[in-house]
Amino acid sequence: MSTNEWPLWEVFIRSKQGLNHKHVGSLRAPDAEMAMQNARDVYTRRSEGISIWVVQSALITASDPADSEAYFEPSDSKVYRHPTFYDLPDGIEHM
Amino acid sequence: MEHTYKFLSRIGDDSLILGQRLAELCGHGPILEEDIALTNISLDLIGQATNIYTYAAQLEGKGRDADALAFLRLEHQYLNAILVEQPNGNFADTLVRQFFFDVYRKLLFEQLLTSTDKQIAAIAEKSLKETRYHLKHSSEWVIRLGDGTEQSKERAQFAILDLWRYTDELFYMDETEIQLAKAGVIPNLKDLKPLWMEQVLSVLNLATLTLPENQGFFGAGRQGRHSEHMGFLLAQLQYMQRVYPNMQW
Repeated sequence: MSTNEWPLWEVFIRSKQGLNHKHVGSLRAPDAEMAMQNARDVYTRRSEGISIWVVQSALITASDPADSEAYFEPSDSKVYRHPTFYDLPDGIEHM
Repeated sequence: MEHTYKFLSRIGDDSLILGQRLAELCGHGPILEEDIALTNISLDLIGQATNIYTYAAQLEGKGRDADALAFLRLEHQYLNAILVEQPNGNFADTLVRQFFFDVYRKLLFEQLLTSTDKQIAAIAEKSLKETRYHLKHSSEWVIRLGDGTEQSKERAQFAILDLWRYTDELFYMDETEIQLAKAGVIPNLKDLKPLWMEQVLSVLNLATLTLPENQGFFGAGRQGRHSEHMGFLLAQLQYMQRVYPNMQW
């Protein structure tokens, strides 16, 4: 018996109301077409979505957790990057 | 009415019995993803059976409901084709059985969309979307098994040789189908066979698999005569209703 495992795929689903595809999980499949079918069967059986993306996990370049401090902490002290320092004119709603 | 009831029994029993077969794989699929896929298909088929039986029971008018038709008939009263009651075997057996059935089912439902019986047309419309997906799934697998490894090809080819003899029964017509075809309720099933053959061959060619030559056909399930596997299947299917009559859950 072969010990070769099928490649891992990441699945992204766009819900009926959603504008963007969101990561929902992963699965194994021999190729893209089967990954798509498996994603349909595993992740949309309760009407979760109307569009599917699959991408082979190996093709994703991910940030290294060891780099977290260098990557993300500098922005913690830069609250002025949030647009919360403006006075809103009267009459503007939904901000 | 009597002819329509019988035809509905035939296609409803196909759905129920194949659905039961696939349900046996729940928790036993070769991989998690395929386990869910086959169970989804099982549920689709049992859902189709429910719609078909509900209409059949209404036409029969003897106070039976869909559950009574599904669970409380005797073996010879089930009219499914012998193909669908064949055991799951290995994965190639399961998928080749499904593929032969799905091609037939898709062609049948496409034709039933224009049935003069509006209820049948409605059932066909609802079922066709599911069946198109089932066919996509089984076709892709047949291609990958046939054009896969040496072992998968051998198993797929063996499954074809084993199941081929049961396929002609899908196009069986007796007085029931002849009368219904005349009335425009169903298509002439004999006309579906060449289309079926064409579509089967186009997938098998991609899969580098071949059909047996000069092999005879077999099967009288449409007349209620089943293979040795049917009794065991029904024993499991009917167990709860036989042991606890009228139980609900």
